[in-house]
This record gives sequence, structure tokens and C-alpha cells, in this order.
Amino acid sequence: MNTLRQIIAVTAVNLRAIPSRLGSSMVIVIGIAGVVGVLVALLSMAAGFKATLAGTGTHERAIVLRGGSTDELGSVITREQAAIITDTPGIARDADGTPQAIAEFYLLTDVAKPGADTPSNVVVRGTRVDVGRVRPEFRIVAGRMFTPGVREVVVGRAVAAQFETLRIGNTVDVRDGPWTIVGVFETGGDVHESELWVDAGALETASRRTAYNSVTVRLESAAAFATFKDALTTDPRMVVSAQREPDYYASRSEQLHLLIRILGYTVAVIMGIGAVFGALNVMYAAVATRAVEIATLRALGFGGLPVVVSVMIESLLLALAGGLVGAVVAYVFFNGYTVNTLNFQTFSQVAFAFRVTPELIRQGLAWALTMGLIGGLFPAIRAARLPIVEALRTG
Amino acid sequence: MAQTVVSLRGVSKRYTRGRQTIEVLHNLDLDIDKGDFLALMGPSGSGKTTLLNLIGGLDRPSAGELRVGDARLDQMSSAQLTRWRAQHVGFVFQFYNLLPVLSAERNVELPLLLTPLSAAERMKRVRIALQIVGLADRGKHKPAELSGGQAQRVAIARAIVADPTLLVCDEPTGDLDRKTADEVLGLLQLLNREHGKTIVMVTHDPKAAEFATHTLHLDKGRLVEQAAHA
Repeated sequence: MNTLRQIIAVTAVNLRAIPSRLGSSMVIVIGIAGVVGVLVALLSMAAGFKATLAGTGTHERAIVLRGGSTDELGSVITREQAAIITDTPGIARDADGTPQAIAEFYLLTDVAKPGADTPSNVVVRGTRVDVGRVRPEFRIVAGRMFTPGVREVVVGRAVAAQFETLRIGNTVDVRDGPWTIVGVFETGGDVHESELWVDAGALETASRRTAYNSVTVRLESAAAFATFKDALTTDPRMVVSAQREPDYYASRSEQLHLLIRILGYTVAVIMGIGAVFGALNVMYAAVATRAVEIATLRALGFGGLPVVVSVMIESLLLALAGGLVGAVVAYVFFNGYTVNTLNFQTFSQVAFAFRVTPELIRQGLAWALTMGLIGGLFPAIRAARLPIVEALRTG
Repeated sequence: MAQTVVSLRGVSKRYTRGRQTIEVLHNLDLDIDKGDFLALMGPSGSGKTTLLNLIGGLDRPSAGELRVGDARLDQMSSAQLTRWRAQHVGFVFQFYNLLPVLSAERNVELPLLLTPLSAAERMKRVRIALQIVGLADRGKHKPAELSGGQAQRVAIARAIVADPTLLVCDEPTGDLDRKTADEVLGLLQLLNREHGKTIVMVTHDPKAAEFATHTLHLDKGRLVEQAAHA
């Protein structure tokens, strides 16, 4: 009780003195705000990227690729295989018994981006006009759906926002000449919104392809996946792999997500070291400035522990203020900010929005408090060890 | 027979700077009785502030026995000395050492935060202490809003508020003009005479020493003369 009262009293004295040391205290706040702002911004990029890919698909859908293929681009599914896959047990069926499955082409095309020297790779998905049977989240938000057999394109909302050339009425080279953009679609904010969708038949003719890249199926239920997968993998005619959609798309984000996180933490550690030295400097100066006050309190009978704790509390509060400022700045400037980048696992552009999540803010504040803890600890120990007699003499 | 409050037997104090050892106090024997007002005088470097710091429990002797009341200060740890100071000593410094961000009342209250007293009881004692030093109406003022004499009186109120055994004053008038210094010394004399406080005061000023009941002269760490005043 007595120690607690001492801590409160000494801390109150320290905190009341902050306005008289506002300039130096702001060094801690701004330094740590910078670190947390950069860290949260970078991690929000990773989080946004991952959320876009990991948020793609549902557990009631599965994607089938050639055995050994890690993505659609390197996968080949023949017409015969596609026919077998669509007839596999576990697939949901329409009222007329038609399996809810769709064999698709997947390829890349160059799209010029204003301000960039080189064109960007954008995914072209050859699908069917009734794609909504398998992907009910699909919705045309502007223009209209492509016409089967015609060289028309519907553009994902995210990629349309990033490439000025992808406007309704414009043309884009998909394969074998220009294709007309007739609509913009959305699929709930997932990775498909970074794609161009065309009619599979038209693409097959233009690209002279004879095999699909993948088959996506809608399952009877999430639990039906095991039945579906077992049936496919035990069929001696098939060398294919089946994955739940969310698992497949999450695996597409792993490398870039990891890279961004490593980059974020590396930058944060480097900046953090600078901020910790700044905090140390300021807190040492604060202790030196208050040496006589601290010595007076110690002479009056205040213990060393309350002095240590009070200096630590001051440092932590300043760091917390810095952390909050950094997190708020990151949120205001970056949350929802949409960019596109090359996913080097698929060699294609993915448009995504930065996501400043509560978890990232919590992480940022934890970093801030860690910096405040380190920055305050050594000055606090010095304050408690201050020789009373010598410090009083300096007054 | 007067009760001895402070007793030094063979007390020495040495400091080591690099390879050099400096003995500031040499084998001192001294008794201070309850109710004494002792002035410690001597030239700079004579060891008077060092002696005051030992008596006030701010430092420990290198050798010898030092008792204040029932406590053997020479045998106490740093933490024990801290607790002892809180209960038994009131300090008055040359430059007042008030905390600038706190009001006079809050400054005076500081030693009471180390006691189990309630907030109401603490404020009651603070007001009495400020009344004794004649600053009952200045409790809400910050140190920067007080004159030097007023600030030192607030410091004296802080020193007496917990009713310590001993008042330790290091050049309490060193920063004041003559008239104000006399007022502050008169107040210390009042505390000694009317409230029975035992006071040990370091001063360079012979006029200040005249307010004390005894004067002790130190030179090069040794007691050279002891004078009693009327």
C-alpha cells in the first residue's frame, strides 16, 4: 500500500513535469509513432494481400488440378478428365441433375498500365456464361455479361480500378487480336476481381487450346469433400489433386505474405533501434534534469522501486502515445488503400486493399510498449541508483 | 540529565576517487541532546555537510558507531536507511528543493505519503504545518509563485509535518537576504524552543549560528571548538 502510494505520488510528479519537457518528450512520441506507423502499414499490406487470397472461395467448393501442379497456370486437365471430374460423387447438382462444375482455362495476358514502362500480367479466365451456378457470389456490377462464342470480356472490379485502359467499350488483347470489354463484375472482394473473364469456347478457339487448366466444383456440402477427393484419387484413370478452394488460394499467398512480413519486421527493427536510442536519450536527459527532485524524494524516504516504476511508467505512456499516433496515422492513410502487385507464385497481378486490423494495431502497440520498456528501463535504474548526496549537491 | 539523541563514536568518512582515498571526517566523537539546536560551522571542505549527511542517514560512515535515537545508522542497509529517514528526519535544504510542479500543500504532504495516514488526516496535518510556518494562506501556490523566504518556510513545513525526531538543515539561509534569513532562523528557533525540535544546522554565517543553542566548528574533518550560546 505504502509502495503503491509512493509510486502514484512520484509518477504524478513525473507526468506533471512532462509539459515543461514537451519538446524532448515529443522525440519519444514521434520516433515511436514513426516505427509503429511503418510497421502497421507494411503489415497491413501483407494482411490485405493474404485476406484477398485467403478470402477467396468457400469450403463448399473444390478445385481440381493436374497431380503435381501447384497452381492453375501449370495444370492441364484434358476434356476426358474434365468429364470424369464433373461426374464424381459429392458434387452438388441442379434440379435437372446437371453437376455444378465448371472446367476453365487460365492464362495470362499483358495489359498496359499508365505510368509503367512495362505491361503487367493479368489473369484471363475462360469460363462459362452460367458461372454463377458454381460461384453464386459472381455479379455483374456494370455493363453486361459476355456473350458465349464472342470475343468479349468482363473485367474484375479490382483490376478495373487499377488499369485505366480496362473500361467498358475499350478493347484488350487477350489472344489473337482485340477483345471488347462489355462489363465489370465482382465476386465479394476475392482474388477473382483481379481477373478478366471470357467465354471458354471463344478463348479455346482463339488460343487453340485443347485442354483446360482446372475444374472447380460445388460440393453437396463441406463434408462431401472427403467423398469427392477419395473418389478422384482412387480412380486409376486420374492423376489429379483436389483441394478445398480456401486452402488452394491461401497457399497462393504464402510466399509474398511472408516476404512482406519479413520486410515489415526488418524495417521496424531497424527503425525501432533508432527509436529506442532516442527514447533512452530523452529519458536519460529527463532523469538528469530531475536529479535533484529524485534525490530530494529519496532523501525524504521514498524508495528506489517507486522511482524506477515511475520513470518506466512515464516512458511507457509516452511510447503508448506514440504507438497510438502511429496506428491512427497508418489506419487513416492506409486502411482500404488499394494497390496491385505481382504475385510471384502465379506471375500475375493481384489487386488488394491494405487492411489495418485490430490485431495489427495490437501488434503495433506491443512494439511501442517494448520500445518504451527498453528506452525507460536503463534510465529508470540510473534514477534509482542516483547517489543522493551527490545529486543534492548539484542543486 | 539530558537525553542524547545523536551519538557518534570514532566516526570517520572516507571517499575513494580513482586510486586516491580522501578522509573527510577523522575519528569524530559527538553527542547531541534532545532539544539541542546545533550549528555546524567551518570553512568549505571541512566536512560539515558530510557530517550532516551522516546524521541525517543520507550516507554511512566508513568507520565508527553512529546512533540516532535507538537506531545504529552505521549498521543499516541503504533500504533500511531510507525507511528510517522517512520516520525520523526532516530535511531543510539551501535551495529549498521543493518540487516545482506541486503546490505548497502537496510539497508539504510528501513525507506523509510514506505513512498510513488517510488523505483527510494528511491534509489536516499539512494545514497545521503551514500554519506553524505562517503560510496557511499560501497552500495552493506553486513554488514559483512564492518568494525565497516563503519557499524555505514551505520546506520547513515539509520537514516538520511528519513530526520527525530530528531536523537537519543544510545552509537553510544561504540563498536568502539578511532580513528573510533572520525570519527563517527565528522560525527554526521557535520550532526548537516551543516545539522541542532537535535541530542540526550547517551554516557559514556566524549570525545564523547565533540562533542555535550550540555551535560546533569543524576544520579538516576534526572538531576544533564547541561553543554554547545564551
